[in-house]
Amino acid sequence: MENDLNLKATELRLGLPGSDEPERQMTPRPNKRTLSDIVSEGSRSTTEEDHQDTAPPAKVQIVGWPPVRSYRKNCLQGKKDDVEGGTGMYVKVSVDGAPYLRKIDLKVYRSYPQLLLALENMFKLTIGAYSEREGYNGSNYAPTYEDRDGDWMLVGDVPWEMFISSCKRLRIMKGSEARGLGCV
Amino acid sequence: MEPSELKRSKDSPNSDESTRRSSFPDEVLERVLSLLKSHRDRSSVSLVCKDWYNAERWSRTHVFIGNCYSVSPEIVARRFPKIRSVTLKGKPRFSDFNLVPENWGADIHAWLVVFAAKYPFLEELRLKRMAISDESLEFLAVSFPNFKALSLLSCDGFSTNGLAAIATHCKNLTELDIQENGIDDKGGSWLSCFPESFTSLEVLNFANLSSDINFDALERLVGRCKSMRVLKLNRSVSLEQLQRLLVNAPQLAELGTGSFSEELTFRQYVELESALSNCQNMHTLYGLWDAKGIYLPALYPVCTHLTFLNLSYAALRSDELAKLLAHCPRLKRLWVLDTVEDKGLEAVGLNCPLLEELRVFPADPFDEEIIHGVTEAGFVAVSFGCPRLHYVLYFCRQMTNAAVATIVQNCPDFTHFRLCIMNPGQPDYITNEPMDEAFGAVVKTCTKLQRLSVSGRLTDLTFEYIGRYAKNLETLSVAFAGSSDWGMQCVMGGCSKLRKLEIRDCPFGNAALLSGLEKYESMRSLWMSACNVTMNGCRLLAREMPRLNVEVMKEDGSDDSQADKVYVYRSIAGPRRDAPPSVLTL
Repeated sequence: MENDLNLKATELRLGLPGSDEPERQMTPRPNKRTLSDIVSEGSRSTTEEDHQDTAPPAKVQIVGWPPVRSYRKNCLQGKKDDVEGGTGMYVKVSVDGAPYLRKIDLKVYRSYPQLLLALENMFKLTIGAYSEREGYNGSNYAPTYEDRDGDWMLVGDVPWEMFISSCKRLRIMKGSEARGLGCV
Repeated sequence: MEPSELKRSKDSPNSDESTRRSSFPDEVLERVLSLLKSHRDRSSVSLVCKDWYNAERWSRTHVFIGNCYSVSPEIVARRFPKIRSVTLKGKPRFSDFNLVPENWGADIHAWLVVFAAKYPFLEELRLKRMAISDESLEFLAVSFPNFKALSLLSCDGFSTNGLAAIATHCKNLTELDIQENGIDDKGGSWLSCFPESFTSLEVLNFANLSSDINFDALERLVGRCKSMRVLKLNRSVSLEQLQRLLVNAPQLAELGTGSFSEELTFRQYVELESALSNCQNMHTLYGLWDAKGIYLPALYPVCTHLTFLNLSYAALRSDELAKLLAHCPRLKRLWVLDTVEDKGLEAVGLNCPLLEELRVFPADPFDEEIIHGVTEAGFVAVSFGCPRLHYVLYFCRQMTNAAVATIVQNCPDFTHFRLCIMNPGQPDYITNEPMDEAFGAVVKTCTKLQRLSVSGRLTDLTFEYIGRYAKNLETLSVAFAGSSDWGMQCVMGGCSKLRKLEIRDCPFGNAALLSGLEKYESMRSLWMSACNVTMNGCRLLAREMPRLNVEVMKEDGSDDSQADKVYVYRSIAGPRRDAPPSVLTL
């Protein structure tokens, strides 16, 4: 981001700050980076970002790895889009503080309790019960999602069918921010 | 006839120089040697004595050059006057993964110019990882009146205009095989350039291209080329069009379908199935883009005699694969995507006892970690059902030492073991230990191992094992592994047959690089990138070993003393003169 004019700092947006942080591309510099460097770099950047914006941590992508030919990747691209539109409804799930994202198929679930239970199992955390008045009080986590308008909403407010048709991605927020959202 | 038998008869105790020569006229020797096909045997033969060297060079018709910079076209032409077929390989393999700078080299043109002068009767050219322009293709098309076979694999620099030139001018073409190239696809009109009188094509592979071709032209071409045995279509060809082609080409031995997914009426489906069932010679099936499970049964009549099934473009589920494989008992080679998951691989183990080769590619290699894919369980399942397995390429996200030990116990005949645990440096996910014992088991058990790719968290112990046990190893690929120079030193010291070594992101430095000083001249090449090698180390190597080319590729913004990417190879042609500015020859 050194080359950026930092327009983002003054940009007017409706989303949460940093919510569309792009993935960082990195080529490991010779001799200076071991694998542990790469892994710890990822978590270091999270701590720094927590003070400024609260984006999910960027994943480090290594040039030429895994060793899959780019023509092969291009061939599959069309198919992948079909799959997401057709037989599955995969959305990305990020959890504040986790080093990488996951993907789940929303079509597999029939209700909010099923979805929340699956998320709790996947990430080994407790989300707690939803109440219209207090959100997810009583836990450190609040499940949120980005809807078609780009807004970040609390999971549970709208009927299930409306939710899965408008949900583009999930983010499980953590800490004081999460509690704050519930009290709005 | 073995070269050793010939040698014995010449070296009978009572013969002297003159008797020896007169009892074996050159013509006879040449005739005998012309039966030798393997280029390695021929190289051995040429070293026996001067007579044999000469006889061999006059009888050789095919030359294989594994590194285009190891020799010059002039030297080749001087030694082998009667070449009709050339195979040339260019860039280092890691160029497939974008690790080699643009314009690195390996341009075919200088070779073509020499060939046009010295081998006007050239018939075949097979290129891998070479740069080839449209001008070169046009030059090729008009310079060789007998030209028959062109195969381009992982090449770049050309467009469909070059293919049009080939189609237009090569009247005797039997093979046009365009695979996995960085081709500038300007449209499908090139295929219409084959003249109506042209009937000799036996192999046509344009699966690489994405544009629509003129289907009528293709249909007529296939209809009149009665000797066609290999046809690999591109994605733009529909199922209905495929059926029309097959009706006119039931003799096909290898078929690459186009897109396998449009809506078919019942009658169209029946016609397709019928056309496929007439293809009694078909042993290879490829393509199947976007394959929809419901149409796969049309393939069942062909499946019974299939030996090679390439499903690596069809994102099948485990149940779809299982149903298909139930009809493929004779399968020897199978390529799939990891969408089939472990359950799909269980079906492989159950249905394909003759399987010799398995490749499992990741459907989502660059995406964030997803839940699906294959694990160690799938690989183990295959190993139980397929004892003849000797070639595997396996991309997964988790593996254990115990699983690999079981796998090689079931399949001890591995010649090619390429395991890619996609998260770099990942340990055994159950014990959290390094994967050293896994690869230790591979090299201890699989004594025929020729090619090995390692991955996961690995210490120097892995390389101790490799150096100690992998005595037949020729190609080794290493990434994000090792603890110190000692690892690479073990490999350089122990693997006597090593020919190609490619390393990236490992803590091997100058001591490791220089430990191979004596060895590099017996190898084809060494690649080291993002390791701890310095410019001084490379300079020392270049100084000590003048018959090696030591090339360093610098990255922008890196330390001046670091050798970011090093490529070392033996050469009798001296340092190359066509290197771009980013490549320094020391």
